[in-house]
Amino acid sequence: MDLSIWAMQAFNGLSTFCVLLLMALGLAIIFGQMGVINMAHGEFLTIGAYTTFLLSQAGSVLGDWFQTWYFPVAIVVSFVLAGAVGWLVERFMVRHLYRRPLDTLLATWGLSLVMQQAFRSGFGAREVSATLPDWLMGSLKPTATIDIPINGLFMMALTAALTGLVVFGLTSTRFGVWVRATVQNRAMASAAGINTRKVDELTFAIGCGLAGVAGAAFTTIGSTGPTSGSLYIVDTFLVVVFGGAERLIGTILSAFSIAQTQAATEFFMTGSMAKVLTLSTIIVILMLRPQGLFSIKVRR
Amino acid sequence: MTESVFEADSIRVCYGESEVVGKLSLDAKQNEIVALMGLNGMGKTTVMKALIGLLPLRAGRLLLGGKDLTRAAPFERVANGLAYVPQGRMVFPTLTVEENIVSGLPASARGVPAEIYEFFPVLKEMRKRRAGNLSGGQQQQLAIGRALASNPRVLLLDEPTEGIQPSIIKEIAVQLKRIRDEKGLTILVSEQVLSFALAVADRVAVMVRGALVHQSPRADLEEASLGKLLAI
Repeated sequence: MDLSIWAMQAFNGLSTFCVLLLMALGLAIIFGQMGVINMAHGEFLTIGAYTTFLLSQAGSVLGDWFQTWYFPVAIVVSFVLAGAVGWLVERFMVRHLYRRPLDTLLATWGLSLVMQQAFRSGFGAREVSATLPDWLMGSLKPTATIDIPINGLFMMALTAALTGLVVFGLTSTRFGVWVRATVQNRAMASAAGINTRKVDELTFAIGCGLAGVAGAAFTTIGSTGPTSGSLYIVDTFLVVVFGGAERLIGTILSAFSIAQTQAATEFFMTGSMAKVLTLSTIIVILMLRPQGLFSIKVRR
Repeated sequence: MTESVFEADSIRVCYGESEVVGKLSLDAKQNEIVALMGLNGMGKTTVMKALIGLLPLRAGRLLLGGKDLTRAAPFERVANGLAYVPQGRMVFPTLTVEENIVSGLPASARGVPAEIYEFFPVLKEMRKRRAGNLSGGQQQQLAIGRALASNPRVLLLDEPTEGIQPSIIKEIAVQLKRIRDEKGLTILVSEQVLSFALAVADRVAVMVRGALVHQSPRADLEEASLGKLLAI
């Protein structure tokens, strides 16, 4: 086997890694940090995807310059829009269910069905695709036989930037300390002076906003339908649980190992067999290590 | 007579229908350390939790510096100058020592005030360690440090000596008095260890089955007579 096939296969693995990580970032905050099982997480991704689609169409009204540069705008708008909807959901639904995980699961699952139907009514059941700007198309050819798609590179850069931001926010800012304190002991955090209501609101909104950004990014590699987001929800939970819900580094490494296993085995067998192999490995590891790959070593 | 900074006026606390604290009134003046004494199960912790707002008041009022905090959420009470060190410390175990202190800082503050590390030098040594890995005594000092970070006027301390070795108990007593003197703090401490209470308190209040049965300044107290009251 020659080297260029290895290189492209590795790049495929990296692309899958970015997709998984982008999806998992928001959930790592909402599920990993807050402990809320948000079954509607995928729909926030869909919000971002449809937002990007709409903005890509707006180019025909606003002119060519917008057609070229709508994508950075779409990322920001997707974050804000998905975050705003998330804020409302926390405010009127999730907040009242913090101590009832099973009810949260049911309520958010119901919400996801409602949102899917809303998308279907609004945009139709057929899948739509955003028109990609020229600078995202094509590929790099470092040698004659290696083909590196530019949208894949863009996804990687976006994933790296977002992950860096989230890690920095959680570990090195006052807000990060508030989030982690609230998660560990909500009552004590409030008695220590932290406005836990606001922290919960913002954390949930930011998690949903990140899902929105993931949705925007997905329009570069796939088309968008009413149930696009829900296709990813299982994988996303898998990444967060496998990595160990408490630590982001776990989420990152778990996305990486799942993606690389998937990409490597896909080369030797069919896609679904590769998935079976990946899943069984994860199940075995989780049976031996229920807390996931990474947990915080501390007396409790 | 100076006016009291802190006043709980005939508060009533219930778990469901059963009344745990009934019509209890307690006040504290600027710079005063009041010890709330009583055996296990007499309602000391319930009073403390109700004062910081973790349990709702069924009746009564709570005033801090003349401001009514009866309906305020815990973090609003903290913003108004109340601070709380719970029974069992309740530090955030996976946060570092420094982050625990930061969690108590008001939003406007920049960085950990140097005085907290001055009062408790061990916290400075351990500031990068996770709080859950500290010893009981160190966690107690951290919980007090976290409470002081909000720059309170009134500090509520719930059974600070529980499960802590005697030499550290003495050290905490000395530090509490020093903090009170330097910061002009008012401290309400619930306690069952008589020697600790007598070492720190200016005034002692004795609680039996959810009510105060005795209150007197430290100077007027004989250890033996207090012992008798507590053994009721």
